[in-house]
Amino acid sequence: MANITNTPESAGSNLMARALREAFYAGLVALGLFVLFVGLKTDQNILNELVLVQRWGLLAVFVAIAAVGRFLSVAFIRPYLAERKASKASAGVKEPGFVTRNFSMIAVAVLLVYPPIMVAIFGFQGSLKWVDNFGIQILIYVMLAWGLNIVVGLAGLLDLGYVAFYAVGAYSYALLSSYFGLSFWVLLPMAGIFAALWGMILGFPVLRLKGDYLAIVTLAFGEIIRLVLINWTAVTKGTFGISGIAKASVFGIWSFDVSASNNFAKVFGLPMSSAYYKIFLFYLILALCLLTAFVTIRLRRMPIGRAWEALREDEIACRSLGINTVTTKLTAFATGAMFGGFAGSFFAVRQGFVSPESFVFLESAIILAIVVLGGMGSLIGIAVAATLMIGGTELLREMEFLKHIFGPDFTPELYRMLIFGLAMIIVMVWKPRGFVGSREPTAFLRERKNVSGSFTKEGHG
Amino acid sequence: MEYFVQQLVNGLTLGSIYGLIAIGYTMVYGIIGMVNFAHGDIFMLGGFAALIVYLVLVGLFGGVPIALALFVMIIVAMLMTGLWNWVIEKMAYRPLRGSFRLAPLITAIGMSIALSNFIQVTQGPRNKPIPPLVSSVYNVFGISISLKQIIIVVVTAVLLTIFWYIVNHTPLGRAQRATEQDRKMAALLGIDVDKTISITFVMGAALAAVAGTMYLMYYGVIVFTDGFTPGVKAFTAAVLGGIGSLPGAVLGGLMIGLIESLWSAYFTIDYKDVATFSILAIVLIFKPSGILGRPEVEKV
Repeated sequence: MANITNTPESAGSNLMARALREAFYAGLVALGLFVLFVGLKTDQNILNELVLVQRWGLLAVFVAIAAVGRFLSVAFIRPYLAERKASKASAGVKEPGFVTRNFSMIAVAVLLVYPPIMVAIFGFQGSLKWVDNFGIQILIYVMLAWGLNIVVGLAGLLDLGYVAFYAVGAYSYALLSSYFGLSFWVLLPMAGIFAALWGMILGFPVLRLKGDYLAIVTLAFGEIIRLVLINWTAVTKGTFGISGIAKASVFGIWSFDVSASNNFAKVFGLPMSSAYYKIFLFYLILALCLLTAFVTIRLRRMPIGRAWEALREDEIACRSLGINTVTTKLTAFATGAMFGGFAGSFFAVRQGFVSPESFVFLESAIILAIVVLGGMGSLIGIAVAATLMIGGTELLREMEFLKHIFGPDFTPELYRMLIFGLAMIIVMVWKPRGFVGSREPTAFLRERKNVSGSFTKEGHG
Repeated sequence: MEYFVQQLVNGLTLGSIYGLIAIGYTMVYGIIGMVNFAHGDIFMLGGFAALIVYLVLVGLFGGVPIALALFVMIIVAMLMTGLWNWVIEKMAYRPLRGSFRLAPLITAIGMSIALSNFIQVTQGPRNKPIPPLVSSVYNVFGISISLKQIIIVVVTAVLLTIFWYIVNHTPLGRAQRATEQDRKMAALLGIDVDKTISITFVMGAALAAVAGTMYLMYYGVIVFTDGFTPGVKAFTAAVLGGIGSLPGAVLGGLMIGLIESLWSAYFTIDYKDVATFSILAIVLIFKPSGILGRPEVEKV
């Protein structure tokens, strides 16, 4: 689209004419795009043959939405955005407020009181959904994304198979606890060590690879792990998965098994409820997340963290300064993988069931998307991105009221991943640098200056 | 021996399909340096377009000569996916050109998720079987070669020849190669870079649509998740052959097809994908830029 400069008088009518024209084209294109896939539906009849069902009304709706959307976008939204951009540029930079400055402290405080508040509002049974589906689910992804952030955000190594380490962690816990009866607190560090070991096993052969080659090999590695889990049925029970995984206990003092004598509720004389276990898990994953964040923040100040960031910015310069890129890359892989392993064993404890279904490429993609959407390297940005993306899609499960609008056949869950994919595209196009586009420099001379995200290069290593 | 040759034929057929998809990956990578993750789903979209066209043809005219039906299916599927990829490039990838490298990759992954779920929502999650379109089988020296396989290999060969000619001997191909080498310089010399990139996406999608149609004809069934595994394998093929190189993509595709069918024939079918990915890893470890890829020279 060419930028045509108009005189102010003719601009209005010109704009409308252009908007109408573009709306027409958009409708035409939408007709072409959707005529086969929306206008016709393939259905099986009683003889199990495919037949076509015609849905021209729905097609008309799609075309109309495209045309109207394009019209509004060209006629109103774009001029408005251009105007706002111009006014924003002249307004200057605002001093960050109290909330912005202390965001992480406030967030941790809110998370600490989150379960009691939920219990107070919804009661023990009602709070389950909020603590488990939202709290724990989001925190698992926060932890995974922070773990991957070490590999992608700090060391700049593009890893598309991160879910493999998650799987290694989950299966180490599931297998070792069901075959040897070891407890969660013994297996949590072991799962981390196993995952770190696998991180090194993967890292070693791919040391020479760069960028997209690295991406494809890590993707392949993730798929190999998943396929082995599916096919090695003697140990992993294949696609059936491992069920009945033992629950975690509070350091072995109180257990959450209903039959155990040291059951948490029995010891304190509380009414039986599964909510205690969920709340315990919530604090457990919160602690693991904070551990990840703490380690990441500390490591960034240590020589190895500096070496990672140097590696991300320029591998050749890094090597010529005498940094051993082999150990630097391997430690990045191993550290990232270790946190993936922790998250994996937590996942196994929380679900009580693991199967290869949970470790598909889509999971890796979601985690990577969270890291990139969060602004690569910014812990808070990543947490915000995880909350928005995972919490947002979880919310779609709750949209019962939509059934009243679209009729009882409407299932919002079906649209969950479609909306997730579209959201990924829209957020990326809207904010290519992620939610937190700037980050504080790790090393600085005399005073801190904010580094704009667009100055920091992503690695090719 | 006959068994071996038989597997070779099967592998060649499979490899042709992978090769056709791999070209889309390799061209897009060559021209804008982006891994178009949604390409596998474009392939699946092409298969679905062919399926729906086939059903429309059967519904409108009853029996249609198979050759004609296949021809119409291929053409419509090519146009359809070409249009899809054109729109996708314009809306999702173009705004991110010149942004950092991971941004378009993430958008492409999002697009892949969106496309497969779009088909799931609009066409339903079940397998879509069609009656066999082509069923004749020829027996040559004890090796059974089906007409399907001949069609796939011939169509692939013809398309590749046309394609090779376009890239190497037409003004469009020259513009593509120039854009690949240096986008800014190409723009300065009067090449419409945006248009060239758009056309590259459309061409890649059209080849993927052919692959989708062939896939539908060969297996007789398609489902909305079918984009992922062939997509990843085709990407593997592109990387194996050296990403950015057209002959490399075809060679990589054929190699992946052969590895897969030979492994399934002589070892266990369960681990055929493991074998493919392991060989990819091994090749890349010893030859990091792929078989036919030019080694990257880093300038400091």
